[in-house]
Amino acid sequence: MAEITYLEALREALVEEMDRDENVFCMGEDIGAYGGAFKVTDGLLSRFGESRVIDTPISEIGIVGAAAGAGHMGMRPVVEMQFIDFIANAYDILTNYVATARYRAFLPCPMVVRGPSGGYVRGGPFHSQNPEAGFIHTPGLKVVYPATAEDAKGLMKSAIRDDDCVLFFEHKYLYRRIKGEMPQGDHTVPIGRARLAREGRDVSIITYAATVWKALEAAEQLEAQDGLSVEVLDLRTLAPLDDEAIFATVRKTNRVLVLHEDTRTGGIAGEITSRINESCFEWLDAPVLRVTAHDIPLPYAPSLEDFVLPQTSDIVRAVRRLAAY
Amino acid sequence: MPASGKRKAGPGNREPGTETRGASGNGKRAELDGSRFPGPRSQSASDRASAKLTRDQKIDLYYWMRLTRSLEERLVALYRQTKVVGGLFRSLGQEADAVGSAYALERRDILSPLIRNLGSMLVKGATPLEILRQYMAKGDSPTRGRELNIHFGDTDRGFIGQISPLGDMVPVMAGVTMTFKMRRQDRVGLVYVGDGATSTGAFHEGINLAAVQRLPLVVIVENNGYAYSTPISKQTAARQFVDKAIGYGVPGAQADGNDVLAVYDVTKAAVDRARSGGGVSLIEVMTYRRKGHAEHDNQSYVPAGEIDRWAAENDPLDRYRVVMREELGATDEEIAAIDARVVRDIDAATDEAEKSPPPDPLDALIGVYADPPRERPLWFREGTDRAVDVNERPEGWGTWSGRTGSV
Repeated sequence: MAEITYLEALREALVEEMDRDENVFCMGEDIGAYGGAFKVTDGLLSRFGESRVIDTPISEIGIVGAAAGAGHMGMRPVVEMQFIDFIANAYDILTNYVATARYRAFLPCPMVVRGPSGGYVRGGPFHSQNPEAGFIHTPGLKVVYPATAEDAKGLMKSAIRDDDCVLFFEHKYLYRRIKGEMPQGDHTVPIGRARLAREGRDVSIITYAATVWKALEAAEQLEAQDGLSVEVLDLRTLAPLDDEAIFATVRKTNRVLVLHEDTRTGGIAGEITSRINESCFEWLDAPVLRVTAHDIPLPYAPSLEDFVLPQTSDIVRAVRRLAAY
Repeated sequence: MPASGKRKAGPGNREPGTETRGASGNGKRAELDGSRFPGPRSQSASDRASAKLTRDQKIDLYYWMRLTRSLEERLVALYRQTKVVGGLFRSLGQEADAVGSAYALERRDILSPLIRNLGSMLVKGATPLEILRQYMAKGDSPTRGRELNIHFGDTDRGFIGQISPLGDMVPVMAGVTMTFKMRRQDRVGLVYVGDGATSTGAFHEGINLAAVQRLPLVVIVENNGYAYSTPISKQTAARQFVDKAIGYGVPGAQADGNDVLAVYDVTKAAVDRARSGGGVSLIEVMTYRRKGHAEHDNQSYVPAGEIDRWAAENDPLDRYRVVMREELGATDEEIAAIDARVVRDIDAATDEAEKSPPPDPLDALIGVYADPPRERPLWFREGTDRAVDVNERPEGWGTWSGRTGSV
């Protein structure tokens, strides 16, 4: 079977779910006639028509709020943030309205909010963000952020079928760079389960999204140059975190690096480190280290962006420090 | 035309406190000009939708308004006995606007109320027992003690509970009515906002999206003069809220919010338009908030005499009793019988509600998600079923003046 890109895998998931369930519909800015800024929804309008592929005004609050209302009535909306940076506009309605609806009012909000995320693309401060940490802090939301094409498809299908709101971060650097062979049939990936991307014995790297690939690159280099066996855990879901998988890799290697592209302070790495501290303290042979972006708005110029974001060489350096501790 | 000479304090000539209330835009409130807006004010009396209501239905309108007011009065008593756990929000003087508008909907339609739309919810089937349990944070209240006051809903009965960030229900109701449209259902949505919420981004995005999509949604702006302490002159530079309809490309209408039949008429016209595919309407109902934002609010910001004038000259129940006597031939005995029935209903509901237990503390962990259905208690609560021995009400809670810090 031919390989398809991460982006095509997302589109395949949308098409399959819209075919399967007439309650699934898409809504967002420029997603219909234009097919979306990155063409994720290309072809959906001609296939499903205007009532199920809805071009909206520039209104993130309006789009997310309307998705919630439609979700209450039994629909399963999939809404696009043209860039995930703009999800900040919908922060109130996501955190105050959507996230609380089931708990305070027994109102289901089965909906997916998806959008191109992340840096390494020279997008500057407003087309490169990773705002996931602000949402894993909010009870009532689920957050996924796949690294592979297979997971992009499988998690999208699970997100659409989930009875609660799932924020679906798509890494735009991976859209056309990463390919995968889709499993046959109705391919879903469970929300809340991490994936062991590489087995190892000496040091664990816990990460997600684009930095999974940087971690794998670093692991190859460390094996070749240092003879180190590095394990890479791809979280895939950020809320709820897969504690079991995190603790298993800690107990296996006893040395842990938490890696993410998001900024450092208040980033998810802090939460993961804290959970390891509370549950696996006696298993650790070294302090848990973090490699993250610097606490800086993401700049545009290649020399600046590359300095702010984590690079493979940073990961190599951190793993060597852990191994030597 | 007004059926009674008592309807003199209409929205276009409300002079009480004009300095603070009307000093917007060019510094002068526009006179209400019915010919500028489609709606019942330009219709002859026999064309009004309310002319088709039966006598029983018109008496029903009084029952709902009376129930709203008396239920809130009961809540005040319970609040003073500290049995209402949180704040208490009144709709005194706005009962006609809530009841008249909700009455224009069919059972299958859905509305989203505002904090001063207790009357709308009662019309839609919320019960006094539910309201009382809700305010007293009972375990069998509609939200099982999770939310306050009238923040609850039931889509089967046709109302969806609001949240505190104002304006958010407009996009939500756009989504509800978008579903009606997608499924080709003969259903209409109604969403209430106050004068204050019209300043929010959510209001703008919601009504604009609904207008572009031509959704069957009626948006009612309840202009009651104040958003908490902020007068409308500090809320908008527009001459009147109904002018915003022009910007959204939707029909706008204004109505005397203290005339229950006028509110019914203007809402019914908009609901009929929405039902026949005519899309969104914006209605500004002119009313007045006679109590503070909540019960603790001493209304020190209100010009002297303003509240008393509205109470004396433009009370929606007083005005409607005149209509009942003059147009419906209702006797004092008939009206007193309704009042007595309302009190009996509330007494029974109060007795019942007071018996209800508080929520089981462990219920706090249930239902954040469909899956998992229950969160685990944190380690320091494992093996316990309550956090403290006595859930004490914080001292001074709900009685703080908000200005002096005194209780």
